Amino acid sequence: MEEVKLMKGNEAIAHAAIRYGADGYFGYPITPQSEVLETLAELRPWETTGMVVLQAESEVAAINMVYGGAATGRAVMTSSSSPGVSLKQEGISYLAASELPALILNVMRGGPGLGTIQPSQADYFQATKGGGHGDYHLIVLAPASVQEMADFVALGFDLSFKYRTPAMILADGIVGQMMEKVILPEQRPRRTDEEVRAQCPWAACGRGNRDHKNVVTSLELDSAKMEVNNERFQATYRRIEENEVRYQEYFTDDADYLVVAFGSIARICLKAIEDARAKGLKIGLLRPITLWPFPTTRIAELSKQVKGMLTVELNAGQMVEDVRLAVEGAVPVRHFGRMGGMIPNPVEILDALASNFDELKL
Amino acid sequence: MTQEEIIRPENKVYSRPELLCDVHTHYCPGCSHGVVHKLVAQIVDEMGVADRTIGIAPVGCAVFAYNYIDIDWIEAAHGRAPALATAANRLNPGRLVFTYQGDGDLSAIGTAETIHACNRGENIAIIFINNAIYGMTGGQMAPTTLLGMKTATTPYGRQAELNGYPLAITPLLAQLDGTCYVTRQAVHTPAAVNKTKRAIRKAFENALAGRGTSVVEIVSTCNSGWKMTPDQANKWMVEHMFEKYPLGDLKDVESKTK
Repeated sequence: MEEVKLMKGNEAIAHAAIRYGADGYFGYPITPQSEVLETLAELRPWETTGMVVLQAESEVAAINMVYGGAATGRAVMTSSSSPGVSLKQEGISYLAASELPALILNVMRGGPGLGTIQPSQADYFQATKGGGHGDYHLIVLAPASVQEMADFVALGFDLSFKYRTPAMILADGIVGQMMEKVILPEQRPRRTDEEVRAQCPWAACGRGNRDHKNVVTSLELDSAKMEVNNERFQATYRRIEENEVRYQEYFTDDADYLVVAFGSIARICLKAIEDARAKGLKIGLLRPITLWPFPTTRIAELSKQVKGMLTVELNAGQMVEDVRLAVEGAVPVRHFGRMGGMIPNPVEILDALASNFDELKL
Repeated sequence: MTQEEIIRPENKVYSRPELLCDVHTHYCPGCSHGVVHKLVAQIVDEMGVADRTIGIAPVGCAVFAYNYIDIDWIEAAHGRAPALATAANRLNPGRLVFTYQGDGDLSAIGTAETIHACNRGENIAIIFINNAIYGMTGGQMAPTTLLGMKTATTPYGRQAELNGYPLAITPLLAQLDGTCYVTRQAVHTPAAVNKTKRAIRKAFENALAGRGTSVVEIVSTCNSGWKMTPDQANKWMVEHMFEKYPLGDLKDVESKTK
């Protein structure tokens, strides 16, 4: 029988990490995600699976511990919230440049600066456009439920190892903090040393029986070679764009207008759309699950069907830019957002639809 | 006696360590790095642990250490080597993990990572090259630069009012409960090279035995940055650096086991 639990999204992340067979977690406390580290400390996985859990002296140290662990082929992760994720950008850029798998959780809070501890989606640009220095992308997953928080740990790690590039779970403070029922994955064993060596022949984990040394580095002073490295990164990103776009659609079959929203806000939008449909307004919803790669092709297709699109985001208008790039001016694309930790209710979303599109005025 | 008679295996008294790669280094002639690299290669060879050693290279002149010693390496961001080493060691029990860092890397940008790795007592060895200058970027002031010393960013000499005081960080690290062995050595004479070799070997043995963090500071020269000949640089180091950075053990907790 399936085991149904009630817990916070942050707690689900901790449980899922242990059950995935993750080798290490390195973090630093920051609201609203400290429950990840607290839950791991409570569960003491070092006594069961052997997973290493360490509270680092800073977010900078934590992400560099992830870098060091990932370089030895281990499945390692960190979590933080917006100001802490800014500090991690150095290490994230190095992870991408060294083609290392790793999982990073950002439970977004309102910014800029120290901002607020309330929910936000204002780190969309940072997560999807690179964030640190240099040309790179992360695989970015946007959970809308506690169940997805749990599920995306395995998905994030698997994609990250498949493409040898770091993945990020970009959650908002709502999914991090709210409690929902969740079915946790089965416990998987951690990989043995031999399995790590077989899966990651590039890992710098000690030469063992290898006849050559492995070096994990992002440095290449020969420009011609560095360009080749960059071309290889970009080729990986094109493969990810071809194969890993994920999204969910609601009521799009007959939709005249489309709402695009991610994370927990998509669920509030769904409620607004159900209310609108009860009044005869044909509105659909597209929820990107991968924010990078973005569901550009599907949104472009829908732009041939609908008369307009509205993005609803907890920011001043970030994902709306990617929707506009997908639509290429075919239909009007508007944005409605709340900032600073404020969350819209379904009535506000319907009002935003009505104020942007005359046909949707009741 | 002809040359052929002399060059025979039985007459050989010295050879390149097996693990030292047969390549030209990018180091300047006279630089201390070459000697310390050789020692690291020799010690890993002699301990027979090349198959389970992970080196963490820094940012700075030793950034290319991974090109010269035939073991697995991870190249860290500036100052972060102790954080990488922490995870590499904790996630891979039984490995010898050491960092190789300069004074800018360890005692400026990486101060937090250094102090906290040492304070946690990570079972790693830290090799710390202190030549009182940023060599790789062209001879700028380091935290360890002596008062009055001219560098690219203290062209009139380091002044305490402007730049603060030279930082002796190893005595700080020796105070931490997590360190088991903290020593300061040099490689300017054959005798000093032998002492440094014993110190690094001890640090590596401590790491493998799980005794806590070992730090081997090596007071070094940067003759290019100091704008001196190698011989002048060695003399200047003895006359000036050793006063602020005296050689010897600062801490040695032989029996400490974790």
